[in-house]
Amino acid sequence: MVDWIVFLAGTLIALSGAIGVVTLPNPVHAALSLVLTLFGVAVLFVAQAAHFLAVVQVIVYAGAVVVLFLFVIMLLGVDRDEANIGAESLRAQKPAAAVIGVASIGLLVALSQVNFTTGAPSTAGAADGPGTNVEKIADSVFTRYVYAFEITSVLLVIAVVGAVLLARKPKPLTDEMTA
Amino acid sequence: MTQAQGAVLVDKASSGPGGQWFLAVAAVLFTIGMVGLLLRRNVIVMFMCVELMLNAVNLTFVTFARMLNDIGGQVVVFFIMVVAAAEVVVGLGIIVSIFRGRKIGTTADNAVLLKG
Repeated sequence: MVDWIVFLAGTLIALSGAIGVVTLPNPVHAALSLVLTLFGVAVLFVAQAAHFLAVVQVIVYAGAVVVLFLFVIMLLGVDRDEANIGAESLRAQKPAAAVIGVASIGLLVALSQVNFTTGAPSTAGAADGPGTNVEKIADSVFTRYVYAFEITSVLLVIAVVGAVLLARKPKPLTDEMTA
Repeated sequence: MTQAQGAVLVDKASSGPGGQWFLAVAAVLFTIGMVGLLLRRNVIVMFMCVELMLNAVNLTFVTFARMLNDIGGQVVVFFIMVVAAAEVVVGLGIIVSIFRGRKIGTTADNAVLLKG
């Protein structure tokens, strides 16, 4: 019974936040709705005993990623409604989105109700049994997936260097430089 | 499908909602993100919709990790989060360079101005 309540609460939080992201015209409000969705997904993670991922979800997504979004929104000064900046929808954009949305939701929900899973379970280690969730993930990350884990550090360095290169202002030629 | 392939969908918490419920929520979440990506014109909000879709996929991975009793699904979500963080950093850098110098009325169409 309590599992159902947790599930329904998490679902309600996640889906209402998602609808807010799509419908709210102001980007700041959309970002705050995104926080709601991320919390809801974290609740659904806890409901499935993925405690470590729920914590990481709150810290990394709600804590870091959304703050980064808000920083960029305020830095660029685009915290205005879309209608006010002259960005109206393209012709046939809304009907196309509606058709694709209905088709996608039908297909995905139907697929999710089919018992299609194949393969042998527990190839990377059991998710239940003795030990905490963090211990099991650590066991897996630092043994079976250790190379992938190390490569992610390279990825992060590349991302940081790339972001600095992309966001840097092109240096204007000053009088001292041309003289 | 039959269960003859050795894939037994064990549902440990038989009293709570089964995996199908979580998968349905993930499907709805993914669709909302996709429709938002198609509807919105603001690049930053479109980027948030991509994050919604990523989260829906993460939820699917965690659900299958529980259904198959395999910790590998959760490890994959951990890696997805790392890659998503890197993606946000680079994506917002690109957005900043799209917006630079032309604040009013900037949409995703202005990305073409980055050429050259």
